[in-house]
Amino acid sequence: MDFLNAFVALANYVLVPGIAYGAQLALGALGVTLIYGILRFSNFAHGDTMAFGAMVTILFTWWFQSMGINFGVLPTALLALPFGIAATSALLLGTDRLIYRFYRKQKAAPVILVIASMGVMFVMNGLVRFIIGPDNQRFADGERFIMRARDFKEMTGLSEGLAFKTSQGITIVTAVAVVAALFWFLNRTRTGKSMRAFSDNEDLALLSGINPERVVMVTWLIVAALATIAGTLYGLDKSFKPFTYFQLLLPIFASAIVGGLGSPLGAIVGGFVIAFSEVTVTYAFKKVVGYLGPEGWEPDTLVQLLSTDYKFAVSFAILIIVLLFRPTGLFAGKSV
Amino acid sequence: MSEPFLIGDAMTGGYGTGADILHECTVSVDKGEVAVIVGPNGAGKSTAMKAVFGMLNLREGSVTLDGEDITALTPQARVAKGMAFVPQTNNIFTTMTVEENLEMGAFLRRDDIHATIDQIYDLFPILRDKRRQAAGELSGGQRQQVAFGRALMTQPTVLMLDEPTAGVSPIVMDELFDRIIEVARAGVTILMVEQNARQALEIADKGYVLVQGRNGYSGSGKDLLANPDVRKSFLGG
Repeated sequence: MDFLNAFVALANYVLVPGIAYGAQLALGALGVTLIYGILRFSNFAHGDTMAFGAMVTILFTWWFQSMGINFGVLPTALLALPFGIAATSALLLGTDRLIYRFYRKQKAAPVILVIASMGVMFVMNGLVRFIIGPDNQRFADGERFIMRARDFKEMTGLSEGLAFKTSQGITIVTAVAVVAALFWFLNRTRTGKSMRAFSDNEDLALLSGINPERVVMVTWLIVAALATIAGTLYGLDKSFKPFTYFQLLLPIFASAIVGGLGSPLGAIVGGFVIAFSEVTVTYAFKKVVGYLGPEGWEPDTLVQLLSTDYKFAVSFAILIIVLLFRPTGLFAGKSV
Repeated sequence: MSEPFLIGDAMTGGYGTGADILHECTVSVDKGEVAVIVGPNGAGKSTAMKAVFGMLNLREGSVTLDGEDITALTPQARVAKGMAFVPQTNNIFTTMTVEENLEMGAFLRRDDIHATIDQIYDLFPILRDKRRQAAGELSGGQRQQVAFGRALMTQPTVLMLDEPTAGVSPIVMDELFDRIIEVARAGVTILMVEQNARQALEIADKGYVLVQGRNGYSGSGKDLLANPDVRKSFLGG
């Protein structure tokens, strides 16, 4: 029986990666939920928007690296982030002007906007692959670890190590800062409140003199920032590959729906629910069980519920359970 | 006598490209007075009100506010001109607090709105206690007060109410009518549609009975209440 080692092993493989992944999903889901709340459709292009933002950030990172500019122990990508956000904002506002506004003027049904967003998704997908290619790209630099597993072992004398990557630390700090800023904006500023009012009751917002085009524009700008930050953090933490971002769409939508579409708080909670479910279900508990069980009881198998190859099945299963039993999500958003 | 403050003159039209609902319907109200539109179900009462507010396309007729022709203006532009409208349903932001509802009502204003918020709280003291509560959690009568307050935040010269007492208890209804009179005394012109015809006509300076989109009877509230035809057909004898 060795609770401490069991806990450290669990923290190293489940807790820390789960928090980082959850923060990334939460940022992605916030974008989806804002679009749903204001523009009233599920934006299928969100994953590829994240890929585009991350791509521009990577290109600027490489350029900075080639000029010898760096951010010390932190990744250069953080310096490039504002440029990625600016480019993504331009892309999203352009897309809105070209495509979504047309359907908005026609008062098209949400399903038509969803299909339009799928078209946008394919175009963005192609654009990203055309510019940066379909392969894996590495762009992380700076100090790789805040704490290495070996240092932790030496420090504590435990046989299990706890590693904490810089990218995980940055993800958590950035996510907290971004979410705090977003909630401050939505709850304290005039523009933020007008967005909530528009999301709550569009007709009454119009009667109060709120300009819908301005609300939509501000929404796209916020979504561009959220998507770029989420995409870059995910790329720093794992790696950048356009196809992975397309696949991220499922856990992101699952997060937004589990939390309740249209509810920002729900998106955050949903992100962590999905992330921890995915990480826990696909983690091999052999080591933990070995520490907790009596001497010699260590199992022969990995004690893994599901192979990591099937991790998407987890979000899919949760999505279906939520849709069946609580279609408005945990925080009573809009029913799908 | 000078021209009425707000006139919807010989309005003919309907929603979108559909059939006409209003046929040469005329409503008008003098400054600081209360005009009430009553009539049977489907008579086009709410439609007449929406026509005055610019929410449907008029094929013929005009709307004049304080001598200015506003027929071509959008509802939003009419809000900027000093008109405020309280819809019958979905008339509050349910997920926002009472105070945020009031703030949103004053969205077009750039000056300090705190004095107006205080006035609203004086008019509806219960809202002051519930200011931090989500408006969706309030009772029917309280929601109506929030909706009323939101519309008053622009400091309108004309307040239009679409069945303000629908679905509230008789006690709350009396209370709301009292507040409406109070607002009118403060110089706000009021045009409203009411199901509770008898009570509404009692407080009305002017009443209109609509029948199938046309002016059936019109006159002062007292005259209509005394009119035997109106009593027989619409007030239950």
